[in-house]
Amino acid sequence: MRVLVNLLFGLLIAITGPVTVVMAQGNGPLRIEITEGVIEPLPFALPVFEAENAEAGALSAQISQVIAADLSGTGLFRQISPDAFISTVSSFAAPVQYADWKAINAQALITGAASVQGNQLNVKFRLYDVFSGAELGSGLQFSGTPDGWRRIAHKVADAVYSRITGEGGYFDSRVVYVAETGPKDARQKRLAVMDYDGANVQYLTGNDDIVLAPRFSPDGRRVLYTSYETGFPRIYVLDIASVQRRSLESQEGTMSFAPRFAPDGDRIVFSLSQGGNTDIYAMSLAGGQAVRLTSSPSIETAPSFSPDGSQIVFESDRSGSQQLYIMPATGGEARRISFGPGRYGTPVWSPRGDLVAFTKQNSGRFHIGVMRTDGSEERLLTASFLDEGPTWAPNGRVIMFTRETQGASGRSSLYSVDITGRNLRPVNTPEGGSDPSWSPLQE
Amino acid sequence: MKLTGKIVLLVAGLALAACTNPGRFGNDAGGGAGGGGIGSGAIVPGSANDPTSTAYFNQTVGDRVLFAVDQSDVTAEGQAVLNGQATWLLSNTDFTAVIEGHADEQGTREYNVALGARRANAVREYLISRGVAGNRLRTVSYGKERPIEICSNEACYAKNRRAVTVLAGGLSG
Repeated sequence: MRVLVNLLFGLLIAITGPVTVVMAQGNGPLRIEITEGVIEPLPFALPVFEAENAEAGALSAQISQVIAADLSGTGLFRQISPDAFISTVSSFAAPVQYADWKAINAQALITGAASVQGNQLNVKFRLYDVFSGAELGSGLQFSGTPDGWRRIAHKVADAVYSRITGEGGYFDSRVVYVAETGPKDARQKRLAVMDYDGANVQYLTGNDDIVLAPRFSPDGRRVLYTSYETGFPRIYVLDIASVQRRSLESQEGTMSFAPRFAPDGDRIVFSLSQGGNTDIYAMSLAGGQAVRLTSSPSIETAPSFSPDGSQIVFESDRSGSQQLYIMPATGGEARRISFGPGRYGTPVWSPRGDLVAFTKQNSGRFHIGVMRTDGSEERLLTASFLDEGPTWAPNGRVIMFTRETQGASGRSSLYSVDITGRNLRPVNTPEGGSDPSWSPLQE
Repeated sequence: MKLTGKIVLLVAGLALAACTNPGRFGNDAGGGAGGGGIGSGAIVPGSANDPTSTAYFNQTVGDRVLFAVDQSDVTAEGQAVLNGQATWLLSNTDFTAVIEGHADEQGTREYNVALGARRANAVREYLISRGVAGNRLRTVSYGKERPIEICSNEACYAKNRRAVTVLAGGLSG
């Protein structure tokens, strides 16, 4: 039944256009539904998870905070202050006093408990639909090492998000990006990877050479990026766990950049400049000849595969200005999909396959936007002096991008926004940041 | 008052041209390097008054040309500078060069790398058309990654949309 509902729901999105979010308020099952309309965040109560033994004391509080921050950060949920609670949850097993939670207008109640045994952390939770007076789904337990407590918290939040929205979560994911320090005319850049919420930053390269636009592999283990290590832009592939990297074959006198993985994780597409002309090529990471996919005297760059690997969306100025095109993954005739005023670049196919996110430049402003893959239903989600380079959350609901402020003290930082255009928020990074690439949901 | 100022400047210009004039290459001093005449000042090797030096190339010949918004055509002004560069490179055959293409910040990152590549290549092609051997000239694009001016208006953007001929090799490098 649930599967059927979701399928019908997907169809609804496909034919109704602008996607916004409304709550099912009060009656009916606890559910945030995507439809047209305005939204009021769903109030939830999250009493601090019970610590089942002394070792879990500090962690249970921290885990509770991360779960609440994940949910509130979506803009779809609102945490009710614990000061308002009438009931306390003394134990995970105790029966829920629905009336007490209803009285403070909590629609969802999340309870949980944590314990640490040796080097194992166990976290269990239950989600209650307060107005129906029933549990939503059944209790779940996650286990891992205590130092992985944030991931476990994200998994709990993903499960709650998923049960209420009927969509995949995205909290247990990572982002690779370019960490930036120094003034505009002497900017230092290095690759960094972090949790989606900015925690656990780890640097992957030094800052001696310019690095650009890292891209996650479909399995989240490797990163493709461009570095000026040799003095010329070349593509590198880096293994995150070992931090080992190698450069891909490139011909003397050429520049290669803008790489991206195919969904199979074996092939890549990228841009190669030769004699001032930039075209799109594909090659296998295992080696072998690069195959040229476009041949025109214009600039063809920023290729991105459809999730099924059959097509590539890219940008080209063959019409005289930057516009978006889609071609078969093997090359061949391309059809233009962007037709609005201004210039369009950096297209990225959504993981759901339904939308393309892009950067648009028009009348001196930059925007992040989305359109359907036939170019219809374009909508701009942001506007600023300089927004660029969108990347999709694993569930295709949220986009992260680079925002740069203007002037001599201009600085780059990361932002995220819902595909409805709501909930624009900065992503905390220790220094400046640019060129984010969102990983798939972790296993 | 204004007129006097101009005359003074002009005289100063002539004096500069005289003392930096490359006697060896007086015949073919073309675009940027000033006219003929006999140099009278002492030449300090490697300094800006040594006509075979990188400093002389950068300052007197001119190491860069500028481009219009989103364009890679070499302007008439740019051609004059490149004529001087070509002449200098033909006389100073020890040197090779890397031509760096750059873009202003008003564009997306990948596109600007491609645009910088176009600009660097336009300069390379022009120098080749003036007789410089292609194997002495490499190109690289920095896109918008290395602005020299950091304000966010056209005064700065105009200087950032550039191709810079960076010399390598040469005894006085």
